[in-house]
Order: sequence, then C-alpha cells, then structure tokens
Amino acid sequence: MSRMRDALPGRQVEWVEGWGRAAGAAGYVYRPTNVGQIREVLELARSRGVPVVLRGAGRSYGDAALLAEAVVLDLSEMNRILGWDASNGVAQVEPGVTFHDLWRSVLADGWWPEVVTGTMTPTLGGGLAMNVHGKNNWTRGTLGEHCLELTMLLPSGELRTVTPETDGELFHAVIGGFGQLGVIVGARVRLKRVHSGRLEVHAVAAQDLATMLRLADDAKNRWEYVVGWIDAFASGGRSGRGLLHFANHVKADEDPAAQESLRAEAQDLPARLAGVVPKALLWRFLKPLTNRPGMRLINAVKFRLGSTIGNDKRYRQTLAEFSFLLDYVPNWERVYLPGGLIQHQSFVPVAEAEGVFARQLELCRRAGLPSFLAVLKRHRPDPFLLTHAVDGFSLALDFPVTASNRDRLWRLVADLAEPVVEAGGRFYPAKDAALPGELYRATFRDGQLERFAAIKERTDPGRLLRSALADRLLLP
Amino acid sequence: MTRRFAHALVIGASSGIGEALARHLASEGTRVALVARRGERLAEIAGDINRAAGEERALTFAHDVCHRDEVPVLLQEIARALGGLDLVIYSSGVGHPVSFTEYSTDKDVDMIEVNLLGAMAWLNPTAERFWRLQQGTIVGIGSVAGDRGRSGAPAYNTSKAALHTYLEALRNRVGRRGVKVVTVKPGFVDTPMVADFKNLPMVVSADRAAAIILRKAGRGVSTAYVPARWRLVSLVVRSIPSFIFKYLKV
Repeated sequence: MSRMRDALPGRQVEWVEGWGRAAGAAGYVYRPTNVGQIREVLELARSRGVPVVLRGAGRSYGDAALLAEAVVLDLSEMNRILGWDASNGVAQVEPGVTFHDLWRSVLADGWWPEVVTGTMTPTLGGGLAMNVHGKNNWTRGTLGEHCLELTMLLPSGELRTVTPETDGELFHAVIGGFGQLGVIVGARVRLKRVHSGRLEVHAVAAQDLATMLRLADDAKNRWEYVVGWIDAFASGGRSGRGLLHFANHVKADEDPAAQESLRAEAQDLPARLAGVVPKALLWRFLKPLTNRPGMRLINAVKFRLGSTIGNDKRYRQTLAEFSFLLDYVPNWERVYLPGGLIQHQSFVPVAEAEGVFARQLELCRRAGLPSFLAVLKRHRPDPFLLTHAVDGFSLALDFPVTASNRDRLWRLVADLAEPVVEAGGRFYPAKDAALPGELYRATFRDGQLERFAAIKERTDPGRLLRSALADRLLLP
Repeated sequence: MTRRFAHALVIGASSGIGEALARHLASEGTRVALVARRGERLAEIAGDINRAAGEERALTFAHDVCHRDEVPVLLQEIARALGGLDLVIYSSGVGHPVSFTEYSTDKDVDMIEVNLLGAMAWLNPTAERFWRLQQGTIVGIGSVAGDRGRSGAPAYNTSKAALHTYLEALRNRVGRRGVKVVTVKPGFVDTPMVADFKNLPMVVSADRAAAIILRKAGRGVSTAYVPARWRLVSLVVRSIPSFIFKYLKV
C-alpha cells in the first residue's frame, strides 16, 4: 500500500514554472551533475511511486517541463562541454549545456550552432527533447538534424547510445519526444563554419499578409534566415502587415574585421539602451504599455518606422543581436505578470497558409484578444516521428494571460487550432500551454502516435517519465 | 460563484464544520480532499459532492489523526492526487463532556491528541511546504473556548489555547514569505459536538460558519471569530479578572 512508503524530502519542494509564467506547479526538484545521480533520482521516484518530469533551463513557454507534485529532474547543472573538435566542428555536450555556453565556446574557432532559438538560454537537452528550430528552419531544419549521436539513460537504468544509423527509429522518436522515452545525458552535435561574427541583414516591409508570405517564400532560398513580424492589431486590408528580416552569414572576404567579430565579447548584447537606460530595467518601462492600447501603439509605431525609414534597408548585425532577440530586453516576460503569457504556434502548408493565418488574426481580433507579438517563419518537413514542421509557414502568437481573460483565451486557442487541423497543419508543442489534446492528436494521421506509444512501452513501460504537456497532448 | 482556492485539503471532513467546509469549497469549484477516520462517511459526502458537480471534485482519504507517522507521505499523496495544494484546513476536533468533579486523563489525552497533536502533525509539513513555495493558506479551527481556562473543560480549553498559540507561531514563521495562517475561533456551531447542550446562545449552522470561514480564509486574516460578534464576547470574557472568573459557571 502506497501509504507504507516513505515521503519524499520536503526540503526538495520548489515552485516550477514555464517561461511564460502562466503555468506552474510544485515539484520535488533534483539537480544531478552526473549519470549516477540521475539513476539515484529515477530510483527514488520509482520507489515512492512518483512520476519524473525532465527539465532543462525551463524556457518552454508552457507546461513542457512541468508536472504537478512530480519529481523534477532538472539537468541544468549537468552542463559540461566534454569534447570539442575545432577541425570538424563537432561538440560532445552534456544535456544542460545551453546555446549560450556552446556558441561562446566555439565561435573564436569559427563555428556557430546550425540552429539556435530566439533566446540563447535553453539547454541543448531540452532543445533536442522538443526538437527546436530557429529562423533558418527552411535551410537548416531543426536542432535534431544536426545531432549525430545521443546517449540516453532509460528509466530501467540502461545507458544506451543511439545514432540515426544504429537505431534510427528510437533516435527519431527521442528527438522531439517530449522527454518521454529516456533521459538524454549526452549528445554529439555538429556545428557550422562561419567566417565572421556578423550577418548581412535585409529588412523589408509588407503591407498585407499575402505580401508577407510571398516575400518570405521568395527569400527562402536566397537567405539562410527568414523571419517576419506581424502587426496583429492591424485590420481590414492591412491585416497581416508586417516587417521581414532576412539574413546571411557574412563571407570571409566580405568582412575585414572578421577575426575580431568572432571573439565572444564582440557578440555581447549591449547592457544599456542607447548607451543610457540599463536594459535590466527596461521591462519595468514596458510594463505600463503591456495592455491593448499600449501594444496597439507599439505595434503601429514599429510598423510605421519599419515601413518608412527602415524599409528595404541592408545592414550588418552580430550573430547574437540578430539571433537572440528575446534576450535583448532581459526579463521581458515579467511585463506579463501576474498572469504571464502563452504562445500558440501553428504550422500550415504553403497553399493554405494565407487563408488560415488571416482567419486566425481575425479570430483574435473578434475575441478581443489580439496577439501582442506575432512572428512568421518558413519551414520544411523533417524526419522526426513527432515532427511539428510542414512545407509551409508558421505563425506564433503571444497572448497575455489575466484572471479575467483566461477562460476566453483557452477557448480562443482551440478556435485558432481548428483551421490548422483542417488544413493538414501541425502545432509546436515546445511553446504550448493551452492546446486541447484532441486537436494536437488530430494532426497525426499516419499512425505516428501509435508508433510513439509503442516505443514508450518498450523504453518506459512503467510510465515513470511524464510531463503536463505529454499528459495533455501525447499520452493522455 | 468565484473559486477562491484551486486545491484544498480538509482534515476532519466527515462531520460538522469540516464537512460543511468541504461541501462549500467543492461548490465553488475547488478540488478538495476529505480526510477523516470514517472512510464510509467520507465516501457518502464525496459521492454527494461529485454527483452535484458532475465530475470527480472530492477525493477521500481515511486516516486517524492519532496516526501521526502516516501524515508526511499522505500529505504528498493528497497533493499529487489533487494536482496541487493551496489551502489546508485542520478541522478535526473532539470535546469530551467532563463533569465538574471528573479528572480523566484518558479523555484529556485524547483531546490533546486530536485537537493539538494531530494539527501539529498535519500543519508542520504543510507549513514547510508553503514556506518553500512562498504561497498557501493554512486554517486551524480553534474555539472561543480556548480564550479562557474554564472549570467545565480544562483539557478542551487547553487544547484549543495551545492550538491558537501554535498557529500564531506558525504565522510568525511563514507569514513573512506570503503564507497565510488563519486562526478560526468559532462560537457555538450547530454540530454533533454541541448536540447534547441545550439553550446555547448565538448558535449558527455549520453551513453558515463554513461560509464565514472561507471568506476570512480568502482574505487571509490572522484571527477570525465566527460569527464576528464573538470577538466582543471574548473580549469581555478575557477581561474578567481571575478572582471573579473562578466563581463564574461558564
């Protein structure tokens, strides 16, 4: 009888949140630094009959790294780069190594991660578990496509090393597998050669959604990075208007100061805005504007500037400046407190994208819940079992959560998702907090979920590894 | 009705104020765990609640508060079953009738066990948890009887006075991290405990008492007399000098 078991140590209890801070739960947090300690934690949890949720930097917006009252296996302190071969750009990393740790270690040798997220703070273990992508998804795919080898600890205690060649099925299921099949304890990742620490950026404005999509599509083979920002407050003929940024790595012969720009310090984001305002305080200035009139104004001004003096401009930015926009204002997520924020990102095939996104923007406006930040990207399919990508576009929508809008917002997310399912689209679970499970599952029509469940049954038959996200979307 | 708490635990939920609190919480939409010795009675109450709610909103855990060693693991099990925990109410209480000339150590020990030691067993791990999480509300059901040592109920008065002091001390520990500790001092509430007493003044129903307690808990007040007019009564009673009080038949 469970009551005869011992309790977990009360001193391990912590409040654990998603990055958006709209989802949180108490858990028994352990921060192991080696495989032996992970084994002990798994065994402790099993002996107490308590599930385990895996966690990296906690940078998933929603509930990917949460489970109420579970043992939280936080791998952020298992963060050593165990090997680095500057001749071929291959790194052997522990799961808690962050994008930040990685790029700072390798840039001086002329390498940069093939794929980075919009913030440099996530861990590679978490990034692989959710198979994250960046602004170069069309040209470079997802993070998982640049992983050569994974070492994972199964809940049974067995350590297993897998590559696409030795066990392709497991490899392609673990990556993007929500951390449900085993604990990634090591990975070998391939980086890309860069000759400069700067990118050539081209900024253009688009007056409506159709133009946004066309420009992004036209740019996808000429520019490695393609990202669009949409003013979700604009309506009527201007609905979907926005700004696009394309970027390519600067070639060796194009940058006389290339060597200097490859120093990690040259990439540091400025600590002050315009040399005056400490950026650590910036979120406090933004907070009074984080409401509908304030964000409408910010979006309108941003578009106005970007479509006039900023339109059709070419300039250079450091890799960090262009890649890590979300780090530009430290603690920006706090502007959404106390309710926090959620993000909904849907992926829609090219032919359907304009119709679906126009409908989504309209649904938001009609619900009185326009997205405060809307981001467009171009994508292509990848070989992973639970892939979120399609040959098409994605639209990511940020929403503030308040006590009074929470129920309406969750209903809106369901409404936003329906046309995506009908169009044969997908959703990005790494960011999700509110998607109804049946809509997520409806996007997998070729037995992928059944295959995943079968692999789960082999690697974790006792269902020791769980998460709130997986319980909701994947394995209810 | 607005939900004040998402996940609540009521210890002593099989009758009286505890049962009324559990029913009230559930009617507001709170997921509630019911703890008491009588598992069958708990199942009946939970059955009522869940039928009315149309979902499994009440969970039951049979437990004797004298079995203090069971508490740490049971508290974790309950939090897991509920999916969280933000309100814990200790409502278990026993008041054995004792005559003016009776000195029964067995009865006294039983009252201390249930009214005080059980509360400590449940609220210590609760306080540790809430301290770490920097959130949560603890409610202890004391009594106006704990405000004075009356000749008619030495151990009962002592158990409640000690509970009040314990709750005050907890509040002074965890209050600084945002945790609320509410000492509830009901007057006469129409519960099985007072069924044998006739002509009691200012009696309120358990249902009414529960509504007041939850309102006070939601606000996180330090001490709540239930109903509020007992504060005045208590003030008068506490201000009577001992040399007079000892002659009073209260």
